[in-house]
Amino acid sequence: MTPRPLRILVAKPGLDGHDRGAKIIARALRDAGFEVIYTGLHQTPAMIAEAAIQEDVDAVGLSILSGAHLTLFPAVLRELRERGGGDIVVFGGGIVPDEDRPELLAAGVAEIFTPGASMQDIIAWVRGHVRPRA
Amino acid sequence: MTKRDWLEKRKREAPERPVRFSTVSDLEIDPLYTAEDVPGDRIGLPGEFPYTRGVHTGMYRSRLWTMRQFAGFGTAEDTNARFHFLLRQGQTGLSTAFDMPTLMGYDADHPRALGEVGREGVAVSSLVDMRALFDGIHLDRVTTSMTVNCSASVLLAMYFAIAEEQGVPLAKVGGTIQNDMLKEFIAQKEWICPPDPSMRIVVDMIEHCAKEAPRWHPVSISGYHIREAGSTAVQELAFTLADGLAYVQAAVDRGLDVDRFGPRLSFFFNLHNDLLEEVAKLRAARRLWATLMRDRFGAKHPRTLQLRTHAQTAGASLTAQQPLNNVVRVAIQALAGVLGGVQSLHTNSLDETLALPSESAVMVALRTQQILAEESGVTNTVDPLGGSWAVEALTDRMERDALAYIRHIDELGGMVRAIELGYPQKEIAEAAYVYQQQIDRGEKTVVGVNKYQVPEERPPELLKVPLEVEARQADRVRRVKRERNGAAARAALARVRAAAEGAENLMPPLVDAVKALCTVGEISDVYRQVFGEYRDPAWL
Repeated sequence: MTPRPLRILVAKPGLDGHDRGAKIIARALRDAGFEVIYTGLHQTPAMIAEAAIQEDVDAVGLSILSGAHLTLFPAVLRELRERGGGDIVVFGGGIVPDEDRPELLAAGVAEIFTPGASMQDIIAWVRGHVRPRA
Repeated sequence: MTKRDWLEKRKREAPERPVRFSTVSDLEIDPLYTAEDVPGDRIGLPGEFPYTRGVHTGMYRSRLWTMRQFAGFGTAEDTNARFHFLLRQGQTGLSTAFDMPTLMGYDADHPRALGEVGREGVAVSSLVDMRALFDGIHLDRVTTSMTVNCSASVLLAMYFAIAEEQGVPLAKVGGTIQNDMLKEFIAQKEWICPPDPSMRIVVDMIEHCAKEAPRWHPVSISGYHIREAGSTAVQELAFTLADGLAYVQAAVDRGLDVDRFGPRLSFFFNLHNDLLEEVAKLRAARRLWATLMRDRFGAKHPRTLQLRTHAQTAGASLTAQQPLNNVVRVAIQALAGVLGGVQSLHTNSLDETLALPSESAVMVALRTQQILAEESGVTNTVDPLGGSWAVEALTDRMERDALAYIRHIDELGGMVRAIELGYPQKEIAEAAYVYQQQIDRGEKTVVGVNKYQVPEERPPELLKVPLEVEARQADRVRRVKRERNGAAARAALARVRAAAEGAENLMPPLVDAVKALCTVGEISDVYRQVFGEYRDPAWL
């Protein structure tokens, strides 16, 4: 039996409109054979967690370029836990200074990709680190 | 020898390196351009229709471009200090970046503003903030550019209210407000209400400024964000001009005279790495706009026909890796702007992919412009690349390709309908994806990212906005709401609502409302209630 394809929610929290990266990653993941759901812009952490549960995804990829990563990543993780989605893998990308990385990883973010990461790097990481939820 | 003969000879005698010779936008470039590639003389002279060579007769020999560095972060006081710093360094105009909540029409105390206050720009919720932002700056002595779109009507009302407080008549207030909602739906994606009511607000502002503030540019038709979202140079050119045509059409449909408001439309283009492509884009933009305005709208006033533009170097072209290399990229891009004949320029700072620009990085960026203006010699003659076969052929090519896009948008029913269909959005997303694939495959080089990498530490000295700014700013707007004359504010807001529901121009009641300390969020809520909210269609 072949395992079902991974389902990934690509989400864009915050008020900024920088969706170039989110859309490119969503397309790259889809072209790599994953099932991808894209939330669109301007999502609150609660909206993202709600979509993740409803769509029964295995992972959530957050794109944040607004500098609000220290607020938004933990908020999404909290909202997921409150809805019983604490096991959903949360990763992300955007303009995140190296010094903020440890804090985000400690909070439960699985990986952060910064500008210059290739689509292949991200696809390979997802293949290696995300498993279908039971 | 004809060009064809020469090409044959070259093929035999001078084999080429095994790479694709194309622009950063993937436009294939000939090995040689000759007079055969530039049939006819459509170039003209500077200051003469169709303005290929520049909108002014004397160009930079008469007047240098305005050096206008975009700045805004933290509180109004923080940004006011940066403004004073830039003016002391010889900058000649101001340019304001607002934070995301302000840009999306939320006050600093709104739950959706959480984590975003003062982070990507300055937080302005009420006239109290705006007063602090321009403290010690005389609005009759500087021109100010404000980058704000869906909440632009509110911020412009505040600027006019500050001018009134300073005793400066509106006739003397000069500047630009971006206010280009069409490119928001296409690329930058900050919006409140759907395209049709957004267009109505823009036309209200065009009408009001034509009457009351004749030195103000009520719309800056912007390709910058279209390019940053990943478009090609041709798409940037085409979609920007198509947006411009849509505003002109809407204002003409309102009954306004094209030669009354047309002289105050201005543009804002991106400057990417490909020097000749960018120069050609700017030259083609001027010729195309002049021709379209004359042929489609019967415009006669030279200033209506002249495409005057601000330009900014491409933020998306800068790399977090080996950030000092960005100084070189910015210099090349700024040179393209100057050779392309822009009227004002922002040069990006080398650290912008990592954080807000630090003072020392901003200084290098401004100095880059000053070196171009005063050391490089390129300002000594007007349009120095004019007549180069390569540049003229590329200018013709960009004009032709952009016109094909514009005609297709006409067939779709104009830009507003094209946006509703997602046409420009999907074209840009496709171009962005193709470009990223080319980088990942190494077909296009980004130095330090996919070639010539070195292990490196991330740099020191980054500007950070402390988290306390948010709480302070939220307290400030709460205090404003508590301490103002509540009845007067409610009455003023009701007048804004009545104007929104009817056909009255929104600007006069908006000026009254901001003076009564109604906030950006409260006024935007009126827009949300009356016009409805727009949501991202989330096309992939």
